[in-house]
Amino acid sequence: MKKTTVSLKIFCVISLACVASSGASLAQQADAALQKTLSASFRAEGQAGMDRLLQDEANRLCSQADASGKTVSDEDAERIRQSSFKAIAWPTDGQFFGDFKLGEKLAQDGRGKTWSDKPGSENGGNCYNCHQISKSEISYGTLGPSLYNYGKLRGVSDVNSATAKPVIDYTWGKLWNPRAYNACSSMPRFGHNSLLTQAQLKHLMSLLLDPQSPVNQ
Amino acid sequence: MADPMRIRAQAAGSKINVRVLMSHEMESGQRKDVNGAPIPAWHIQEVSASHNGAEVLSAEWGPGVSKNPYLQFTVKNGKAGDKISVTWKDNKGESRTDEATVS
Amino acid sequence: MGVYVFPRMALLMLAVWVSAPALAQKTASDSIAEYRAMLQDGNPADLFEAKGEDLWKQVRGPNKVSLEKCDLGKGSGVVNGAWVEMPRYFADTQQVQDLESRLLTCMETLQGFDAQTIRNTPYGKGEQANITALATWVASLSKGMAFKLPQAHAEEKRLFELGRQLFYYRAGSHDFSCATCHGQDNKRIRLQDLPNLTTNAGSGLGFGAWPAYRVSNGQMWGMQLRLNDCYRQQRFPYAQFGTEAGIALSVFMGVTAQGVETTAPSIRR
Repeated sequence: MKKTTVSLKIFCVISLACVASSGASLAQQADAALQKTLSASFRAEGQAGMDRLLQDEANRLCSQADASGKTVSDEDAERIRQSSFKAIAWPTDGQFFGDFKLGEKLAQDGRGKTWSDKPGSENGGNCYNCHQISKSEISYGTLGPSLYNYGKLRGVSDVNSATAKPVIDYTWGKLWNPRAYNACSSMPRFGHNSLLTQAQLKHLMSLLLDPQSPVNQ
Repeated sequence: MADPMRIRAQAAGSKINVRVLMSHEMESGQRKDVNGAPIPAWHIQEVSASHNGAEVLSAEWGPGVSKNPYLQFTVKNGKAGDKISVTWKDNKGESRTDEATVS
Repeated sequence: MGVYVFPRMALLMLAVWVSAPALAQKTASDSIAEYRAMLQDGNPADLFEAKGEDLWKQVRGPNKVSLEKCDLGKGSGVVNGAWVEMPRYFADTQQVQDLESRLLTCMETLQGFDAQTIRNTPYGKGEQANITALATWVASLSKGMAFKLPQAHAEEKRLFELGRQLFYYRAGSHDFSCATCHGQDNKRIRLQDLPNLTTNAGSGLGFGAWPAYRVSNGQMWGMQLRLNDCYRQQRFPYAQFGTEAGIALSVFMGVTAQGVETTAPSIRR
């Protein structure tokens, strides 16, 4: 009688119990348990596939820090910021601005990327959910700081001037990937995660920085 | 058969305070579905209430009344043990009557 | 005497002058609170309560039996106070279950309904609508009582910790976790106040309000649907009915809300 042996290696690949037996840390065990629950509790629907449950390093570190009640280590924070900044895609035509009226529409629009949204449809910026932006819109959230008078407060009177450049660059970078400046920022990564197109981001830049924009009145 | 109304009738001095919750979609007829087709109007058109068999309230409702409508009214000269009956009729011809005893 | 009186008068006038603009201008939050207070009387949740009570007593399903012997954790047929002790561990299913998944268990084991079909039925349709009505009624029989979820069983403790980890889990296209919106005091999304679900008071307010009637869409929502919709807006995939993630989050919220009185079934925007 031939005995079929399953090597420990193969058994380890398919069994979560192996995590404990191979001496994995408590953190790794907890992570494995979490992943098991997530795969069993969700299903793909519409444009939201199970890959939406995956965490990149930034999310993993920030989530663990939140759960433990601490902030990420200075080292980890610096690493997240640096890699985020390096990956920023600057405007391909060197132009940072668009139409602030379209920017306002985008800021008001909270749609896109959910499993009930039509795949391939344009996404909104979701901005008013968290921020005050123009004075006339009273339906604004307080999860993020007020952006009212954003350009004015930063002394931007001419977007093409040399003095305005650092603010222009910072604003584009922040919209593209807020983690480039704040490692665990709650704000979505609009460029990095392909939520908004370059054209859409330019409209938001105008909304915030154009001296004619209602934001700066 | 439509879902029952919830009627609460309480005596307060010589008056009766009546509160009614009706279960009805109250589709105005102005809305469109996901494909752009209009959703047909389906709403209550007539409401009447009686106290011990005598009509005390009659109303005509239009498409402006919201889903699961709430109605509150006061009946003069009543007491605990009296019967309050409420009836609604909608534009599809459906109707519902429910009764409550004044507490 | 004149010198003695004058400063006091000035102070009084100053106080009136400072408070007058505040009195004259109602904040958006105040107006919404007033609107909600007006809606309290005549909460359409009452209609769902009445329906749920009927469903509990009605002989239904392939086995032609009512739900009156359903054990919600306090013994067969005991409904009063059951909801404020849920989710909890059940020996017969060897699982921690919340109200909605437990109702489904009873519908399956007592009445003979097919649980998997019901799990896959969209919210608000068919037997899912009945579960919502039943949950509304059961919750109403705990109204005003304080949360006291048991944490004695190992599984109850495991789910609490799992729920806590899930609460802080950032993912999806927008990197949102539950904590992104519900992890701080005094925040709102647009004009909607966000309860801080990590504090006793906040969780009591938030967790204790569901099942709730949502005026904006005229629908009755239980916690399962509330969580499913949160996850949808977090751009996560579809959170399935009665699965471990949702139940774990409910354990986390319910234990955090220990001692706080519930307001469910309530009325919401």
